[in-house]
Amino acid sequence: MVPISWYLILSAILFSIGVAAFLIKRNIITVFMSIELMLNAVNLTFVAFAQQWHMVRGQIFVFFVMVVAAAEAAVGLAIIIAVFRARSTLNVDQIDLMKL
Amino acid sequence: MHLALFCIFGALCVAGALNLLLQRHPINSALSLIVVMSSLAVLYLLLGAEFLAAAQVIVYSGAIMVLFTFVIMLLNAGREQRTHGSKMAWVLGFPGAAVLLALLADIFITHSGDFHRVQAGEYVVNTAMLSGVLFRDLLLPFEVTSILILIAILGAVALARKEH
Repeated sequence: MVPISWYLILSAILFSIGVAAFLIKRNIITVFMSIELMLNAVNLTFVAFAQQWHMVRGQIFVFFVMVVAAAEAAVGLAIIIAVFRARSTLNVDQIDLMKL
Repeated sequence: MHLALFCIFGALCVAGALNLLLQRHPINSALSLIVVMSSLAVLYLLLGAEFLAAAQVIVYSGAIMVLFTFVIMLLNAGREQRTHGSKMAWVLGFPGAAVLLALLADIFITHSGDFHRVQAGEYVVNTAMLSGVLFRDLLLPFEVTSILILIAILGAVALARKEH
């Protein structure tokens, strides 16, 4: 028997670590990975609330978040490859201008 | 049994996320993110989400993380170096994340009386129930996601292609 609030607190911990990693990491790929970590933390919240109110819709929402995350990962990594071609660096401090 | 599994895989999740934060090399961060996602699949199973646990392993720790590790190897990403900006981020990032965690934890703890307790196998959403809702009530959004994926594939190919 585990209270639902424990799952919610676990997802809050994961989300906060994701926020900290997003702010602290300097590599653009790792920054992108911390966004995925935050998405996963929110998915855990959705599944926990779906269990709380015995609703299937919460899990459907997680399915759609996964689909959007897959599309976002494909496009985002393509953008990272394009940025690396143009700048030949992955450090976010050196990629601070939109213009080439 | 449920409590033991929750403690083991919850601790694995937090340890993997902290390892992602503290490692300097991106490939180590990517591998610890795979640990986090696989342990989350077990937690989904404990919460009675059978299909999502399988999809988490296949989509997240399978497809997406393979893409990440592939890009890290393709770009030959090395250790990240410390810059002036990263020192500022350490000073501002940790207190900000700690405040966010304290706020969320406070809200969940004060309302913990409203949540009930989960027993493993008490309410399990099997694939038949999930697909009943997905293919009957939400058929249009499901079909729209296939167009989204198609556009994402085309966009990724167009962006990553070498310009002549």
